[in-house]
Amino acid sequence: MNSLKLKDGVSRKSAYDLRNPTEDIHEVHTLTVLVDNEAGVLARVIGLFSGRGYNIESLTVSEIDHQGKLSRITVMTKGKPSVIEQIKAQLERLVPVYEVHDLTTEGPSVQRELALLKVKGEGNHRVEALRLGDIFRARVVDTTLDSFIFEITGPTDKIDKFASLMEPLGLVEIARTGVVGISREEH
Amino acid sequence: MDQLKNINTKYSRLTGSQIVVQALKDHGVDTVFGYPGGAVLPIYDEIFQQNEIRHFLVRHEQGAVHAAEGYARSTGKPGVVLVTSGPGATNSVTGLTDAIMDSIPLVVISGQVPTFMIGNDAFQEADTVGITRPCTKHNWLVKETDALGQVFHEAFHVAMHGRPGPVLIDIPKDVQFATGSYVPLKFATESKYNPRTEGDMEEIAFLVSLMESAERPIFYTGGGVINSGTKASQTLLELVDETGFPVTSTLMGLGAYPASGKNWLGMLGMHGTYEANIAMYECDLMINVGARFDDRITGRVSDFSPGSTKAHIDIDRSSINKVIPTEIPIVGDAGIVLKQILDLWRSKGKKTNAHEVDKWWRKIEHWKTKDCLCYENSDTKIKPQYAIQRLEELTRGYDRFIITDVGQHQMWAAQFMKMEEPNRWMTSGGLGTMGYGLPASVGVQVAHPDSLVINVSGDAGWLMNMQEMGTAVQYRLPIKQFIVNNKRLGMVRQWQQILHGERYSHSWSEALPDFVKLAEAFGCKGIVVTNPSDIDAAIQEMIAFDGPVIVDCQVVEHENCFPMIPSGEPHNKMIFEEDIQANEEQLVGKAGSVLV
Ligand SMILES: Cc1ncc(C[n+]2csc(CCOP(=O)(O)OP(=O)(O)O)c2C)c(N)n1
Repeated sequence: MNSLKLKDGVSRKSAYDLRNPTEDIHEVHTLTVLVDNEAGVLARVIGLFSGRGYNIESLTVSEIDHQGKLSRITVMTKGKPSVIEQIKAQLERLVPVYEVHDLTTEGPSVQRELALLKVKGEGNHRVEALRLGDIFRARVVDTTLDSFIFEITGPTDKIDKFASLMEPLGLVEIARTGVVGISREEH
Repeated sequence: MDQLKNINTKYSRLTGSQIVVQALKDHGVDTVFGYPGGAVLPIYDEIFQQNEIRHFLVRHEQGAVHAAEGYARSTGKPGVVLVTSGPGATNSVTGLTDAIMDSIPLVVISGQVPTFMIGNDAFQEADTVGITRPCTKHNWLVKETDALGQVFHEAFHVAMHGRPGPVLIDIPKDVQFATGSYVPLKFATESKYNPRTEGDMEEIAFLVSLMESAERPIFYTGGGVINSGTKASQTLLELVDETGFPVTSTLMGLGAYPASGKNWLGMLGMHGTYEANIAMYECDLMINVGARFDDRITGRVSDFSPGSTKAHIDIDRSSINKVIPTEIPIVGDAGIVLKQILDLWRSKGKKTNAHEVDKWWRKIEHWKTKDCLCYENSDTKIKPQYAIQRLEELTRGYDRFIITDVGQHQMWAAQFMKMEEPNRWMTSGGLGTMGYGLPASVGVQVAHPDSLVINVSGDAGWLMNMQEMGTAVQYRLPIKQFIVNNKRLGMVRQWQQILHGERYSHSWSEALPDFVKLAEAFGCKGIVVTNPSDIDAAIQEMIAFDGPVIVDCQVVEHENCFPMIPSGEPHNKMIFEEDIQANEEQLVGKAGSVLV
């Protein structure tokens, strides 16, 4: 049909030059979202992620200002850079959302996670677990004659490392909070 | 707040249902579409005892929401709906989804079981805020009568500000009965939801500089221009006049720029005109005003307008760079940003690259000669295109509103009906909801009792909400139902012909009713027309009749809607009648056939 012979016009200004060549690389970003602490607000955020097919690697939420009725949600997500941008825009669009910050791109930040690890063992294993706990600055928060519960805080990779070291020493259970984060900037 | 109570003692103590009615009045609501049930009886009782708000009893809650959409779209005011809990609320879901897709402002009020029974699987309990969370802009379950007034004020604010959309307020029955304090609108706490409406001047200045040098510019406008208000359309017109650039629009944006305007290229997209689509493909500067690069518009994204610089004006930041990367992102209200552009353009005495733009127009004129909407007429059978063309001709001079349902007839109506003003074209674009047309026309007629309100529908879609004919008859709404009856689920059949080897799986309208008898059964007028030579008379009779009319316009069964960009193809790969005859199988590639 195409008697008009349209050229395959690609100009210097083509929109597609804007595409990030590393577009297929998935990045992990930590977003903090300041929201009204109203009923259903978490469902709204989670529904946005599941409804639009975004990933949630971890998610934490708690009220941070009782009088102002504000909560902060920290969500770690993974996706192409364009998808991360879209996630931020979609979050900002929610009515009870005040602020969205991307800790991964907006300058230096502190990100921490807390974990509780139950380690069961006897003899040398028990001693070694305590020793490693010391090195990692984990605290023993409960003990029986054949088990400890360690409490540890730190960046995710530190906790991953500690957990993997505890594995052969009798790690039986672990509970993690997921990441909370805050920017180092003064505001 | 205690202070305020004293100032306004008159309003301070009210029951929940009185607050509902008072809040509606405070927001200037005069029309509600609804359906009663146990969980909203107190509100219905209040409605009974006043005369300022008119309530229209629909026949199905989906109808109420579409009617409110028609009302909203044709007036620029929010549409208001009242439904009961459980099934009443769930029946509203399709309408809510339709409204959120097309950015239609609605306030839907649903009853809920009493607070102390929530969670007990009580009779007609449904998790309404849970179910409607993804299909509303925001929703509220109000558990305290004291909070009700403020929630209403916030609800109207949210529905109308930023990108408009539907909101829902779920009110348990005990909250409706209980007494609480009402904060009148003028004392309401100011909403924290205030999306920016003004565009960034730096981006606007950049765009204006490109508009000066552009050789092949085009305005691509959408529903956002209509939503922004009639002023936005006026500003668009001025800007187009000032620059002389061509304009095309999405289905939702029809009427923002007048179809008789000299720069009009017709609708773009899957069934848009050849000249509009090729111009989009070939342009070097695309100015998107309030449209969202929907897949019906872009075709294959990787080949979408490959040589152009794109500006995107949208009030919703998440629309920008969602589908198509944009060099000039402008977050703001379409009307305000257009005005900013126009003011800058004028104040700087800007001039276009007239020589090149002239050459561009000559190209466009050449594409127009393809006469892409032309079809082969018949003098024995009514061609659907001909029927709609006659409808256009014979109703053009009227103060008219055109509504459509979803399918082939919708696309033909978009191609042949000429919209000269905003807010006069109502159609289900984003969701493509069959059954939208009839109830939407009810809502439009309620808002414009003396206008000619016509729903161009298909036979199948019309049946989906035909119960609303009862509403039209009850309230003497003289809506005209123009059914383009091809006895097929036409658009589905067309796809089966093109994509599925003419295996017409369940795309027949079997056992259709006799529409004339049906009209009579409803207590209105029915007209059947089967011969092309009778069509004018039928349309004139329809217009002349003082009351609701159903026209059964029996057309050729297997007509296809062209031009068409098959799914997954770029704009320069449009197909026409000739193509389909020449080459039945390979019109749509494998990759395209998975797309809808
Ligand atoms: C509620 C709903 N169900 C199914 C569809 C899919 N669909 C789109 S067009 C169409 C056929 C419509 O037939 P008809 O109303 O007769 O209009 P025509 O295409 O023949 O003009 C169907 C089934 C839809 N859009 N909406």
